Amino acid sequence: MDEELVWRIAGGSGDGIDSTSQNFAKALMRSGLDVFTHRHYPSRIRGGHTYVEVRAAPEPVRSRGDGYNFLLALGDSFARNPQEEAYYGTEEVKPLSENLDDLREGGVIVYDEGLIDVDDVPDFEARVEANDWHVYPLDLRGMAREMGREVMRNTAGVGATGALLEYDLGHIEDLMADTMDGEVLATNREILESASERVEAMEFTHDLRMPEGSHDAEQVLLSGSNAISYGALDAGCRFIAGYPMTPWTEVFTLMTQHLPEVGGISEQVEDEIAAASLALGASHAGAKAMSGSSGGGFALMSEPLGLAEITETPVVLVEAMRAGPSTGMPTKPEQADLEHVLYTSQGDSNRVVLAPGDVEEAYEQTRTAFELAYDYQLPAILLYDQKLSGELRNVEEAFFDREPSPDLGATLDEDQLAEAAHHASGKFQRFQHDPDNDRGVSPRSIPGQAGGRFLATGNEHTPEGHISESPTNRVAQVNRRVRKLEAIREELDARETTHQTAHAPVEDAEYGIVTFGSQQGTVEEAVDRLAADGHGVKSLCVSELKPFAAAEVTRFLESVDEALVVEMNASAQFRGLIQRELGRFGDRLHSLLKYNGNPFEPAEVTEGYETIVDGAEPAPTTRFVPAAGD
Amino acid sequence: MSSFNAIGADRDVERDEYTPAIEPQATWCPGCGDFGVLKALKGAMAELGRDPEEILLVTGIGCSGKLSSYFESYGLHTIHGRALPIARATKLTNPGLEVVAAGGDGDGYGIGGNHFLHTARENHDMAYIVFNNEIFGLTKGQTSPTSPKGHESKIQPHGSAKSPIRPLSTAVTAGATYVARTAAVNPNQAQEILVEAIEHDGFAHIDFLTQCPTWNKDAKQYVPYIDVQQDDDYEFDTADRREAEEMMQRTERSLYEGEVLTGRFYHETDRPSYGEEKREAGEMPDEPLAEQYHDDDHEWERSYDLLDAHK
Repeated sequence: MDEELVWRIAGGSGDGIDSTSQNFAKALMRSGLDVFTHRHYPSRIRGGHTYVEVRAAPEPVRSRGDGYNFLLALGDSFARNPQEEAYYGTEEVKPLSENLDDLREGGVIVYDEGLIDVDDVPDFEARVEANDWHVYPLDLRGMAREMGREVMRNTAGVGATGALLEYDLGHIEDLMADTMDGEVLATNREILESASERVEAMEFTHDLRMPEGSHDAEQVLLSGSNAISYGALDAGCRFIAGYPMTPWTEVFTLMTQHLPEVGGISEQVEDEIAAASLALGASHAGAKAMSGSSGGGFALMSEPLGLAEITETPVVLVEAMRAGPSTGMPTKPEQADLEHVLYTSQGDSNRVVLAPGDVEEAYEQTRTAFELAYDYQLPAILLYDQKLSGELRNVEEAFFDREPSPDLGATLDEDQLAEAAHHASGKFQRFQHDPDNDRGVSPRSIPGQAGGRFLATGNEHTPEGHISESPTNRVAQVNRRVRKLEAIREELDARETTHQTAHAPVEDAEYGIVTFGSQQGTVEEAVDRLAADGHGVKSLCVSELKPFAAAEVTRFLESVDEALVVEMNASAQFRGLIQRELGRFGDRLHSLLKYNGNPFEPAEVTEGYETIVDGAEPAPTTRFVPAAGD
Repeated sequence: MSSFNAIGADRDVERDEYTPAIEPQATWCPGCGDFGVLKALKGAMAELGRDPEEILLVTGIGCSGKLSSYFESYGLHTIHGRALPIARATKLTNPGLEVVAAGGDGDGYGIGGNHFLHTARENHDMAYIVFNNEIFGLTKGQTSPTSPKGHESKIQPHGSAKSPIRPLSTAVTAGATYVARTAAVNPNQAQEILVEAIEHDGFAHIDFLTQCPTWNKDAKQYVPYIDVQQDDDYEFDTADRREAEEMMQRTERSLYEGEVLTGRFYHETDRPSYGEEKREAGEMPDEPLAEQYHDDDHEWERSYDLLDAHK
């Protein structure tokens, strides 16, 4: 982007980096810019190196940038604990030293000289000179201590940032007034102004200034986790059960904060087997229910997931991917649970899997997941990752101005039950295989309803739910359950809107980039850059993974000569899914894989593209796998 | 007006109404103690006047899990060891339901042991019947968590080196507020205990001794039995946790020494159930969750009205 700020705030975990960056992003949004954040943090509570990037521009920002142009290095206040006989080395300067590699030429550095001694940063002076960086050392900690408390150094850092970028600090002050009061507010204001004044007295050598923009409509700043939670609430979800696990905990926490206030129930339980089981139980008893986890916890949900499939109990599960296998890298994103989510649990899988590409899609597709789960009585899984979970983006407020949909789907009331088909014994025929029913869905009753009793069982069963191993009944029940997925595919294909996101800045592109889930915005930005450089390229981001968006993906791949499949895992699972589902295109599909714990940057995608087109070297952090025919 | 009119019907129910006119023959072996549980449950529900459609019987996997096939009500035959977490949620979602959970000793004390501990700890309002036959029946006679030390099976050819679990002590330690042991061979006591367990407001655990004539080769496994409430040799107060625990320890030990002690062991009446505790904490809706979806007057909040924090 021509005019953008990519501000990185770096410090120790527990130093308030997250909340400071959120407030800064919100202030920029209020002042008319579009914003996007990228979090990078270690798997620990205190200490360790963490940063958040806030990218802001006058036009929509959909991705992290390539590197960044403004560093606020706070120093890690937790790096030294005299009570522990541990070796820390130069941990204290890491917020400065470890962030220099990604800082663009001509970038600005503000660092806390109260904590960071640049003599401990190898080759600092030489690198500053070589990269034309503009360095402004400030004793942020000293300022905060002098006027208030040490933790307020973040405020001092924000004040310094604002002054260096000639940004109106009024937006920051308004935000502080929203969340603080009394003496705390007064002190923070004082620190903000004092830092700003101190900086204004310095001589500026840099050119970077805050971009200016404006919005036509009211904006709200949300993360993927916010959007999933709101989607669930608007879909009428009033029951959640879970067990904490990073990064899924964010959705669990948000839902738990909202549910009691709207008449719902949240349960933190002993393990993820129980969590999914409770969601199933709540749904069976007539609530719209969800559970979720990240990879390891989701693995424990395999059995209840299968029970939901065979008992045809609607349920929504969300899976927030992080780098695996096993504990892997708990706070780092990856897209390597795709096959796990598609196939886990014994028997033929019978589920919906959707992978939203951004914050708005996260809301939209959570609602779709509930709609399909309850209309078709099966589990629907929303697959996302640590990246989408925590990234903040501004969305028009009006996007959320819509009606809730608490409908339970294919459910009968007592009057309808009185008219419905029953077995001679009086049992309601909950699992009818009616050949005239073209969707395969057999409406259910809810326990407690008069005239609706039936048996639900994980064994294969007759129409009234009793255990049966009759071959004829077995085939009829399996066919009906399979039919539901086909019917969903037909329903989705017949809709006017699609969950897939195509991006084609130029006409008749001969190259394609295909991706799924959270890499959408990054791929789109890469496509824009390539198109601007004269390349004939377009992209498709696929969300409907099961039942697979076969027609749309086929149309896209037929329209290009070659395509690059971009995904964050080492075994090209999404490329494999495309080939498995479509049975062709193997000789056109190249892979660009990344699995180092960090999401793609747009430049890595453009380099990957250039690798297919002219045989250039891929970026050092990615792996290029050529098409089967190459 | 409720959308669940079977709940609270409060009518005279014949015990025949709990017999499904659908599966002619149970898969249980002749002489199996599981028939005793079925009979006692039918008797207890008839005594309490529960409509079959206000009952949700949630079962696990094993011979015991088939209970929901032979008892006419809403049934939910789940997965091995997971009946309890599923049952918990159904009760929270619709507290008017009479939720009964059941499973075997392998199901409840083995694979589902974690759920047993936590369901007892949280004191969910339900009766939990554990069919205890000291063996894995459906998988053909392997050693179970309650099999005696030295138990021989195809997988334990030299005899199990493991001491059996103490189900009653485990339940009370975890937090169950009603703990009893009964036996299929004592139908009157079994029915009385089930009535008390179902009426109890909290987690009621019944360790139900069900002889396995096929794998333990002994239809008289639990004969003779002693009812500790009927015998002067066993004086203790079921409301006193310490006395109850001592009695449980003795009961668990004596089972493997050939003395079958049954009866009520612990009964705590003043601890609120989990649902009540949760309601007290403001975390349970006033209108049962299941009713909200059928209530035309229910106001469904919109996320649009929650966006101030994001502006």
